[in-house]
Order: sequence, then structure tokens, then C-alpha cells
Amino acid sequence: MTPLHLCLLISSGLFCIGLTGALARSNTILVLLGIELMLNAANLNFIAFWRFGPAPSPANGMIFVLFAIAVAAAEAAVGLALIIAVYRHQKNIRLQEANTLRG
Amino acid sequence: MTFTANHLWLIPTLPLLAAGLGALAPSKDRRLAAGSAIVAMAVSFVLACLALQSALQAPATHAVANFAWFDLGASPMRLGFLLDPLTAFMCVMVTFVGLLIFIFSLGYMQADANFKQFFCFLSLFAAAMLGVLVANSLLLLFICWELVGLASYLLIGFWFHKPSAAAAAKKAFITTRIGDLGLLLGLLWLYDATGSLLFYDGGQGVLENTALAALAGQTLGGGLALSTAIGLLIFCGAIGKSGQFPLHVWLPDAMEGPTPVSALIHAATMVAAGVFLVARVYPLMQIDAALAAVPVHALTVVAFIGAITALLGAFIACGQNDIKRVLAFSTVSQLGYMMLALGVGSWTAAIFHLLTHAFFKALLFLGAGSVIHAAHHEQDIRLLGGLRPKMKITFATFAIGMMALSGVPFLFSGFWSKEAILHAAHAWDVSHLPLYAGLAAVVLTAFYMTRLVAETFLGQPRSAAAEHAHENSAVMTIPLILLALGAIGLGFLGTPAWPWLQARLSGTELHSSLHHLMEGSGLMLLSIGLVGVGLGLGWWLYGRRLRTTAEARDPLVVTAPQVMAALANRLGFDELYAATVGRLNHFTATLAQGIDRWVLGGLVNFLAQLGVFSGTVNRQLDEDGLNGGFDQISASVRGSGQRYAQAQTGEAHGYLRVMAVAFIVLALVLVLGGAR
Repeated sequence: MTPLHLCLLISSGLFCIGLTGALARSNTILVLLGIELMLNAANLNFIAFWRFGPAPSPANGMIFVLFAIAVAAAEAAVGLALIIAVYRHQKNIRLQEANTLRG
Repeated sequence: MTFTANHLWLIPTLPLLAAGLGALAPSKDRRLAAGSAIVAMAVSFVLACLALQSALQAPATHAVANFAWFDLGASPMRLGFLLDPLTAFMCVMVTFVGLLIFIFSLGYMQADANFKQFFCFLSLFAAAMLGVLVANSLLLLFICWELVGLASYLLIGFWFHKPSAAAAAKKAFITTRIGDLGLLLGLLWLYDATGSLLFYDGGQGVLENTALAALAGQTLGGGLALSTAIGLLIFCGAIGKSGQFPLHVWLPDAMEGPTPVSALIHAATMVAAGVFLVARVYPLMQIDAALAAVPVHALTVVAFIGAITALLGAFIACGQNDIKRVLAFSTVSQLGYMMLALGVGSWTAAIFHLLTHAFFKALLFLGAGSVIHAAHHEQDIRLLGGLRPKMKITFATFAIGMMALSGVPFLFSGFWSKEAILHAAHAWDVSHLPLYAGLAAVVLTAFYMTRLVAETFLGQPRSAAAEHAHENSAVMTIPLILLALGAIGLGFLGTPAWPWLQARLSGTELHSSLHHLMEGSGLMLLSIGLVGVGLGLGWWLYGRRLRTTAEARDPLVVTAPQVMAALANRLGFDELYAATVGRLNHFTATLAQGIDRWVLGGLVNFLAQLGVFSGTVNRQLDEDGLNGGFDQISASVRGSGQRYAQAQTGEAHGYLRVMAVAFIVLALVLVLGGAR
């Protein structure tokens, strides 16, 4: 097994853990955590392909991931703000109950 | 056995592993968390002793183990570990004092519900501090430095359900962060100027001659050498971490944490980091001393900051009534002494005082913890009293700590290390003001410590809690006894007649002769006399007529009420900062909000009004003109929308599930469909 395979296995594992968490949890914060895990699995893939693949330029994989992390941080901030707004509205953060926008 | 730098990483890693284990352990399993923390610390202590033995075989060399962390473009970012006598002595001190504090905590935190977390955080704290000590790279040092800050935040705010503790933790974190900003800027500038952050790297490191000469050779605007600017920025970090004026305000508030944490912060880990940092980058701080043309030398700033802090802390300590706050301000003052020693050019004296201070201040804090534990968390010295017959061991060890801190001559370690600092200040040719500040602080230190002991242990018990106090179990008294032995014995490692510690630290020849003791005897007699004045004054004011009731007014409050009120209020630094920095912050926030609301909001509102207006015009046109056919189209669109809306359940989980299934189908198509 090459290091690339190992990295990909770890990242798929991470992705599956994140997906399970996002699907199985009802606490919105934990769902958000699961989504972050999936995102980081993707980041790990970027790094792995950049590190072990034929690299055309020295740091593009890493830069890409740095941008992804920055965007994820912004996304987490927005997500947490939404959760706080939901909490103020319905006094809990159960995802099932946050469905009043239904069409 | 030779213990080279290659194995040095084990010393911080063991407590880190213990912290990890503690974090994973079930919270009911107290024995696992506390046991792993103590065992890891004990093993680290043994390793640190081996490292010391190995370092002492060649005290003048810096053994390093460097490695590349990651490659960024063409240049690798390298980290490393460094073994020299400075690192080794500090590691032995931190692991030993830390171990005793851990053991003491077993007794002190016995009844706490979050016992497990406490040991987990303590281990993390110790691991971070040991990381600072063994780092051979300013970057690695900075990472561990921030971990120290994080751990201190967690521990000061350990009783986070108390609003004051939560606020103190935030204050400590944010205040030290202000200093850390300077350290970070210094680090970046240093990397920009030299292209390396390793301290020692076979001639290529930033503390070695090539880089130092390059740094000192460049001048900035105003004739300031580049090395001075970087040195002062790095010193900013030390100001924050070591509680120096003007960022000393967080240190007394850090008393909100449990007492073992205060002992750890004030003795072994957090505040020692700042002094250690300056001692570590001492070649960089010192290099501009040879340049006569520069307007200010980095070390001169260090000396004056230290002198101001030493005097200020000692003054404020005289006006405090909380047993832990008196000790906290005494730490501020003693750290000022260390900075003073660094500034006047004797970093060995500073480290000597740091080591002795670690022992007697840990002793005093644990003694205070023992009192607080016995007196059901009563900390006000006016409500204590009469503890001497009830807590004999605590009283005896606390008195030893008090005498070591006051600098009672010959037998106690604090005397010798303070002596070394005063002599260095006397020999400084720039100014004698730091010496005078140091001498004044000697009197004040002896005075407030006498007051503290007289009020806490002598006289009558002045509350029910003090009435029912009794001596603590052996798990708390044995660390006190061991620390008391250290507080006495450690001083003899660095007397003027036999300066073994100083010689080993700086890697120079050891000259031992009684002659050196006589050389500085004038200054020594003066400082002994000043200690006597301080002790006598304390006895005259507080010991002669012991306090009888908790309400009785302090003799100094009677004579100088305004001064004492100002001192009890810590000279209003907190209020000053709230009125300046805090108000500036509030003002800019209000300004930003005003701009947001009135300028930008007004613009948006105007555009909206425009939109509404054009909408009204449009609607009139629509209603009167176009109609009919559109209704048909919209009806069918509405119908299809309703059908699609069935899928919009509003359940986020449903969407996630559809997404996951779609993802799996896509993956199967790609894999099975013969993707190229």
C-alpha cells in the first residue's frame, strides 16, 4: 500500500465518520461538526494528491487547502450565528424542529 | 549515560501524553487521570536530571537536534530541540516543583467534581512550559508559549461557574495576548531578516555570530539597530507573560483559579517563561550594547521596566488583604527583580533568582492553599489569625518561605539570589536608579511578608472558619516540607564565595574563594540592614499589637487612609485601562456602529425607497396594461411549484440523506461505469 492509498483511506474514513455524524445527530452543532469533518476529508485528499501526485508547481495543493480552511472558518462563523438565531427563536437547537421555513 | 538533545523531546511529550490520556479517560476514573499525570511528571523529572547531568559535562556547548518540519517552496521550515545548562536547570526545576504541586493537588482538589479535568489541564500546562524550555526554534517556542497561554486560561477559569473566575481567565488571556502580538511581530521580522528561526544551528542560527553581526549592523530610522527593535518586540511577549509593568494587571486576578494553579503559574510555569525567553535570546538582546551610537539599548529598557515593576508590585502588596493577592503582587515584584537582573547584564543572577523564587513561591502558595483548604476557603487575612498552634507544619514551612522571600541573611536561598541581583545592579554603569528601586523593594518585601504572617498565623482566630481549622493530611504537608528544604538549600549553589550555578550556566570557569564574599560586603551589609528595617517595621506595626477583631482598622489605614485605599485599589491600573483602552475600544465600536447605521444604512434605505418607487410605477403599469396571459402562465408555474414543494420537507436531515445517496450513486456510476 502506498502512502497515497493510506491517505485516501484515512480521508474516506474521516468522510464517512463526518457523514454518519451529520445524518445521525439531531443537535445542529454536532451536524455542523460532521460537515466540517467531511470538508477536512476533502482537504486531506487535496494535500495527498498534491504531495504524492506529479506536482506541477510547488505549493498549489497547500494554498488551495489554506483557502478552503479560511472559507470553512467563515462558514462555521455563519453557521454558529444561524444556530444562535434558531436557538433564540425556538429555545433549542434540534434540527428536526427547525423546519418552519417549509414551503 | 549520555543524554543528548536527541532525546530531549521526551521531557515535554510525557506530560502531553498524560494530558491526552486524562482527556480520554472516563470522568469517574480519578485515579487514572491523577496517576498518569504524576507518573509522567516523575519520569520527566528523572529525564530532566539525566539531561542536566549530560549538559553539565560540557556546559559551554549547545547540543541541538534540528529537523525539517515542512517544505514551503524551496526553503524548509526547521524546528529543533536544544540542550544547554539553562534548559537543563529549568527543566529540573519545572518538573520537580510541578511534581510536588501535582501531589499537593491530590489533597486540595479531592472534593472537586471536575477532578479529572484538573489533572488533564495541569499536565497540559506543564507540557507546554517544558516545550518552551527545550525549543531550539523561536517558532516552536512560540507555539508552546501560546499553549501555555491556553492552559492558563483553562486553569484560571477552572471554576468557570463563578463570574469573577471566568472574567479573570479572559483578562489573563487577552492581556498576555497583547504582549504576544509583539513577540509574533518580532518573530516574523527576525525570520524576514535572517531567514531562520533556529537559535543554534552550527553557525547558521539566529543567536550565533554571523546572524547577530548582520542584525546589529543594520540600522533603522533614528539610529536604532535592527537587533534592538527585534529584541524589544520579543521582550513585549515577556512583559505580557511575566506580568511586567504595564501589563501586570492580569497576574493578581489569576488568583481566581484553584490555589495549586496559582502556585504553578507563579512558581514554575507561566511567569517564568517570560524571564526564560529573555535569557534564551540574551545574545540578541545584548549585541547592541557594543554599539555606542544607538539611542537606546534593549537591555536598558528591560532593566528599567524590571525596576519599576519590582517597586510597584512591592508597594501594592502592602495594601492587599487577600492572602493570595499579597503573594501575587509579591510575584510581580520578584519578577521585576529578575528582569532587572537581565537588564543590568547578569542573566545568570536572573535565572538563579528564578530557580530559588520558584521554590519559595511555590512553598508560599501551597502554604496559603493549605490555610485556605483548612479554613473552608476563607482567604481574607483579617478573618484568619491564630492558626499557628493548629497548623504547625504549615506555619513552620510558610515561615521558611516568608524568610526566604524577605531575604533573611545567610540561611535562606532568597537572600543569596537577591544579593546576586543587587550586586549586578550595583556594577551596572548606565544608571543606579534600578539599584535604588531594588533596595527600596527589599524593605517593602520584608515588611509586607511580616504583616502577612502576623495577620494570618498569630493572634486570635477571628472567624468561625479559622476557629475550626486543623492541619491537613500528609499528601499536602509533605510537598510543603520538601519545598521548604529546597527554599533553604538552593541558595548555597550560588553564593559569591562559590558561584557554582552561575559558572555552570554561563559555561565559564568556577572561581571559588572567600575573598569574593568580602568584596561586596558593604552592599550586602546594607541590604541585610534594610531587611532588618522591613522586618522590624512590620513587627512594630502588626506584631506588637496583634489584631483582635476582624473589624479593627489596620494601623496604616489609620495613619494614611488615602494611600492605603489607593494601594488596596491596586493604584487604579484597572480603572485606568478601562478608562483609556476600554473607552477607546467602546468609542471606535460606537463610531463603527454609527457609520453602519446612519451612513451605510441611509444609503441602503435610499436605494430601497427608490426601488419601492419604481415598483409602484411598475405595478400601476402592470395592473392596467399587461395582464391576462401572465395569469395563465403563473397559474401553471404555481402548480408545478406546489408539486416540487412536496419534496421540500424542511427537514435538513432529509436533504442531507438525499445528498449522501446521490453522492454514493455518483461514485458507483464513476467506478462501475468504466471511468477512464
